[in-house]
Amino acid sequence: MEKSNLNEKTIQINSVKFHWSNKSKFKLHIPELSVDKGEKVLLLGESGSGKTTLLSLICGFLTPLSGKIQLNEKLINDLSATKRDQYRSDNIGIIFQQFNLLPYANVIDNILLPLYFSKLRSANISNQRETAISICKSLRLPEDVVNMKASELSVGQQQRVAVARALIGNPSLVIADEPTSSLDTDAQTIFLDLMFSQVASSNSTLLMVSHDKSLSSNFDRVIDMKNVSVKEQ
Amino acid sequence: MLLKLTFNSLYARLLTVGMTVFAISLSLMLYMSVEKLRTSAYTSFTDTISQTDLIVGARTSSVQLLLYSVFRIGNATNNITWESYEDVINKKEVAWSVPISLGDSHKGFRVMGTNSEFFKRYKFRGGQSIELEEGNKLDDLYDVIIGAGVAEKLNYSVGTPLIVSHGLQSFSDHDDQPFKVSGILAKTGTPVDNTVIVSLEAIEAIHVDWSTGAKIPGQITPVEEIRQMDLSPKNITAALIGVNSKLQIFQLQRWINEYPEESLSSILPGVALQELWRIVGVIENLLLGISVTVIFTTLIGMTAIIFSSLNERRREMAIWRAMGASPKVVIGLLMLEAFIISVMSIIVSTVMLFLTLYVLQPWIDNTYGILVNIEMLAVKDIYIFMLFIIAASLVSLIPAIRAYWFSINDGMTIKI
Repeated sequence: MEKSNLNEKTIQINSVKFHWSNKSKFKLHIPELSVDKGEKVLLLGESGSGKTTLLSLICGFLTPLSGKIQLNEKLINDLSATKRDQYRSDNIGIIFQQFNLLPYANVIDNILLPLYFSKLRSANISNQRETAISICKSLRLPEDVVNMKASELSVGQQQRVAVARALIGNPSLVIADEPTSSLDTDAQTIFLDLMFSQVASSNSTLLMVSHDKSLSSNFDRVIDMKNVSVKEQ
Repeated sequence: MLLKLTFNSLYARLLTVGMTVFAISLSLMLYMSVEKLRTSAYTSFTDTISQTDLIVGARTSSVQLLLYSVFRIGNATNNITWESYEDVINKKEVAWSVPISLGDSHKGFRVMGTNSEFFKRYKFRGGQSIELEEGNKLDDLYDVIIGAGVAEKLNYSVGTPLIVSHGLQSFSDHDDQPFKVSGILAKTGTPVDNTVIVSLEAIEAIHVDWSTGAKIPGQITPVEEIRQMDLSPKNITAALIGVNSKLQIFQLQRWINEYPEESLSSILPGVALQELWRIVGVIENLLLGISVTVIFTTLIGMTAIIFSSLNERRREMAIWRAMGASPKVVIGLLMLEAFIISVMSIIVSTVMLFLTLYVLQPWIDNTYGILVNIEMLAVKDIYIFMLFIIAASLVSLIPAIRAYWFSINDGMTIKI
């Protein structure tokens, strides 16, 4: 908690309700949830608890039926779909569980892809290629990796490239959806260390989803879906 | 960057995309071939006779006159007398004329009596003259010049003797007056190829011992005696007429049609050809129908291919969306893909078409008498290509909209 700034919230959720129109049984209700700027938060929860749905709401892929979702104190659920896409591009770096990269593009193009959609992130760096290479080095990726096709990399390397892509242009929030699930224990530790150090150097907030409680000690705060969501039938 | 990545994406699916491009190219090539054949057949048809201003014959319909005088199909309703013919050609508007006498045959090929003007004045394919491939013109009374088709099918060469049969399906031959092939014409792709040409005098000569369509029993005039006779033609079947000024065509046509001494018809070959083409136009419409069906099938095929790849590419769409691409960008990417595939298909199909035409052109010309010109793409072709690209991009909207819904609903959860 020492690293978080209690005055500035990166994520602020109030009274959010959502349900899928085709999944009548599943209902998500989050009375309140907030993540401070610079905080590293682990979101724990069982399968089907609504973790990924919550991430989709935060990223602006979905909009809640009611309630407020604020990112950097900006209410995003009132934005138009196009503006939500732009806001996501400008402020959020996303790391998927696996298959993060465009397999036909090389590593450098994959890393620079968010900058194509975000002038804001693009403006944060002077030399895009050099910055991408520098992040790759920090993530201990081999030097020659940048010109390789994404499909030629190992799973661990692909996840690290995904981190580089999520962090390029210093977005305020990095969202990671079980990024370590496809890695073995040793690789998990190395990956998390590298990700944390890069997130810290970018001064970004990290919200990572997992169902693995053993990772809890690595984070500033752990949020269990059981404690933030209200069961509704 | 989007263009580069789209190309990379297509390249990564080289085999599938290659097969798609090849399939579409084949369909497009088929369409272009049918179109090319259709327009070439039309051009060859309407170019059967050119630079002739009027065709004159006995009173009949324009199509029938055209059919028997130019295409050697069917029979004349009547002949016209030499006097009437002379009255016509003595009009000041007439620059040149070619008399034609039809009625006899040789082994199924029409025999046509004419004079030397025919070789000078008969033009086809926009002004080409008929030329002798080998041999000489009609120097002797019993000389014949045969078309390239006759020579090929009957395996005749210069010097081959031949007997003219009376009428078209008659068992009576003019075997007392044998002819000899004096020349063979170069291939024209017109009915001339299947014509046996003799002089007008020869037509008179072989009918010396004939009266009202039948041989006079017991009368055989020796050839040497026939040669000494006055063989000036008394009747002809039709005449090709050229006028001094195009402005005089209708005036002369009206005069001929109202000729009081004999019932005559005069037709404008171009107009009659168009009329005839409309009659045989069912085939043209059929070909056009095939062409349109091929294009339609191609577009459906391309849509199906994009559709089939859509599910396996949901992850890719999710990555684009995560990077900030709006669903519109996702639609745009798929449309761009369809655009690139259609442009590539057009290029490949055009190359394939020209290569095929280059190889098959002589064979098509020789076999069917249709000259398929190997020329640069016409403006119409460019329009069709542009329409195809637009149509392909529009049709790709169907899978693109599907991808749009996937990308909206999938969010962070990819259901593969």
